[in-house]
Amino acid sequence: MKMNGAEIFIESLKREGVKHMFGYPGGVVLGIFDLLYENKDIELILTRHEQGAVHAADGYARSTGKAGVVLVTSGPGATNTVTGIATASMDSIPLVVFTGQVPTMLIGNDAFQEADIVGISRPCTKYNFLVKDVNDLARIVREAFYIATSGRPGPVLIDLPKDVTAVKAEFVWPQDVKIRSYNPTLEGNKWMITQAAHLIAKSKRPVIVAGGGVILSNASKELKELAEITDIPVVMTLMGLGGFPGTHPLALGMPGMHGSYYANRSIQESDLLIAVGMRFDDRVTGKIDAFAPHAKIVHIDIDPTSIRKNVRVDTPIVGDAKRILAVLNKVLKEELKEQWGEVRNAWLKQIQAWKKERPLTYTYSEEVIKPQFVVEKIYELTKGDAIISTEVGQNQMWSAQFYKFDKPRMWLTSGGLGTMGYGFPAAIGAQLAHPNKLVIDIAGDGSIQMNIQELATAVINKLPVKVAILNNRYLGMVRQWQELFFSERYSHTKLDETVPDFVKIAEAYGAVGLRATKPSEVEPVLREAFKIKRTVFMDFVVDWKEKVFPMVPAGAAIDQMMFEEKKETTEKKLKAVK
Amino acid sequence: MRHTISLLVENKFGVLSRISGLFSGRGYNIESLSVGETIDPQISVMTIVTSGDEQIIEQILKQLNKLIDIIKVVDMIDLDHVEREMVLIKIAPRQEDKAEVLRLTDIFRGRVVDSGPKTYTIEVTGDEKKIAALIELLKPMGIKEFIRTGKIAIARERIKKPSV
Ligand SMILES: Cc1ncc(C[n+]2csc(CCOP(=O)(O)OP(=O)(O)O)c2C)c(N)n1
Ligand SMILES: [Mg+2]
Repeated sequence: MKMNGAEIFIESLKREGVKHMFGYPGGVVLGIFDLLYENKDIELILTRHEQGAVHAADGYARSTGKAGVVLVTSGPGATNTVTGIATASMDSIPLVVFTGQVPTMLIGNDAFQEADIVGISRPCTKYNFLVKDVNDLARIVREAFYIATSGRPGPVLIDLPKDVTAVKAEFVWPQDVKIRSYNPTLEGNKWMITQAAHLIAKSKRPVIVAGGGVILSNASKELKELAEITDIPVVMTLMGLGGFPGTHPLALGMPGMHGSYYANRSIQESDLLIAVGMRFDDRVTGKIDAFAPHAKIVHIDIDPTSIRKNVRVDTPIVGDAKRILAVLNKVLKEELKEQWGEVRNAWLKQIQAWKKERPLTYTYSEEVIKPQFVVEKIYELTKGDAIISTEVGQNQMWSAQFYKFDKPRMWLTSGGLGTMGYGFPAAIGAQLAHPNKLVIDIAGDGSIQMNIQELATAVINKLPVKVAILNNRYLGMVRQWQELFFSERYSHTKLDETVPDFVKIAEAYGAVGLRATKPSEVEPVLREAFKIKRTVFMDFVVDWKEKVFPMVPAGAAIDQMMFEEKKETTEKKLKAVK
Repeated sequence: MRHTISLLVENKFGVLSRISGLFSGRGYNIESLSVGETIDPQISVMTIVTSGDEQIIEQILKQLNKLIDIIKVVDMIDLDHVEREMVLIKIAPRQEDKAEVLRLTDIFRGRVVDSGPKTYTIEVTGDEKKIAALIELLKPMGIKEFIRTGKIAIARERIKKPSV
């Protein structure tokens, strides 16, 4: 059947099973938006900023595992998506972003609202396309979804010139996708897997380090089985939280800069690291030469470029984590029937001692709300069953430390790029995908203002997202660094008088605003918010002086941690590290 | 260590920019690059000369492999191969050096492709060493400018060793 480009676009999305997309209209995409006016199959959520649309699609993708879809106009609409695309790219999140483009004959003319978005987005997409011929459109859409969701997932951008959406062509939906130059390796090398099994059998102090790849490949079940049959403790990176149950006796929490004492100590003392779907980010490794000095490293990753990029690897296994772990478990069970309990006894005891020595804590106060207390209460009241997104800064680290995730896809945070303004739109996307789930953005007073306009999106679409603002009147994480490393010179981090009244802002948009200023008000405010089936902003006025601990100063080894202590001792420690 | 990397790539617009963007974005160095069509007009072959330690070269090869438009990546160091580069040298020798310039051109199996009242333009092909040697010899005689194509490389036919 002959259709115009806009119709082919809609039909192709239908074939891909797309139900929701996020976007913002403009001149060159009017033809497509006109078709969406009456379309029953695909719902477009109008955000109030294109960055919000991309983060919302990203939250949708992280919480469902499906690709998030975005449609925006050319020029400024397209350039506004860049931060969202880069955020998704750094965390390997599948997105398909459609940008309108000026008509083909005007491309390169500095036409009105022209931006070379294919050029601009090249380094932050997995792949991108400029559609020059309407006859290629259906195939390109098919390929884009395939590329975005297969191998190491990532964002794909399709630039759609206006004329291409207007001319007609025969609609041909390709049955298969075959791209000769793109063949991700899925099955791990069996010999390497056997090697890994033998290393595990020989090791006395092994640690599993699970990253976002575990979640992306839906490998939680296999990971849990591996840990349980071999009695190996599991550390989860910021991206890996939920990949292994956070309340499991073998769970050690997060490693790295704000990781737990016991996670970092375990890595440093281990004789074998089994890294699964993680890429040894510098926030995880700290000083690279001093990272896991006694450990052999088994590295399982779907992306060969992640392997040996920054740490030495003894046994690299390229492929899909789920499949590799399944084979590894089989080898361990059938070929190596060790009595793991015996072997691990001493090691697990040691780790238990570290857990006792320095648990994750903070000093509770009766007078002023401690931000960690808010996160703890959220965890307690939701019993770990909420989808949690975060902004970036202290709010993000406290959420990672004090909320325990037992299931994957419940934790939405910008890890690689660290994008302030991510959490609220991401929560909106997740809420749309999971209408009956409690979705909470744990926010900072700085970050929430970066996409606060999305209140309108949440309210108009009746999305009962909850936003818990840990309001410390500071760009807290930056302030923390200034306090510790820049002699308390709080250059441009104090927001104080200019922090708006979040309750009034919420109300102005038609949402509900609540506030807690005393510790005793925290639980009642949370309870009330969770009861209300509407968008709620909760303003928790917290202790501005609170810092995230433990902390590994930039450039130090991860066992050189600072803890919440009297000031003099902290300073002494710092000097020692330098 | 210097490596010659041969790439088979889709002959599409934007491919060169993906490759050069990969090098510049990650701080790798391109010493020379040449591109041309293959027998199949949908596929181009690129030859990139780059350098770095073992780990950097490993990353470069993996990153190139990861680029979606690249069909095949070969590090020529692993293969017995032939390398060639062409250079055009414009030289303005003094009267007394002219004969020597022509003699050297001859020895290096080059040819004079243009000559004017003051200058000769010489064309020479060869591997890196040969071209460097010629330039070294001609330098004192007044090279005005030279231009190089960048290296191209092709693997030799693999000859099966007779089984003993
Ligand atoms: C878009 C963006 N700009 C700047 C930064 C640098 N940055 C990291 S944390 C932070 C402070 C965040 O303040 P707030 O949202 O109030 O969170 P808090 O640390 O106080 O919890 C800043 C400015 C960033 N991560 N993202
Ligand atoms: Mg703050």
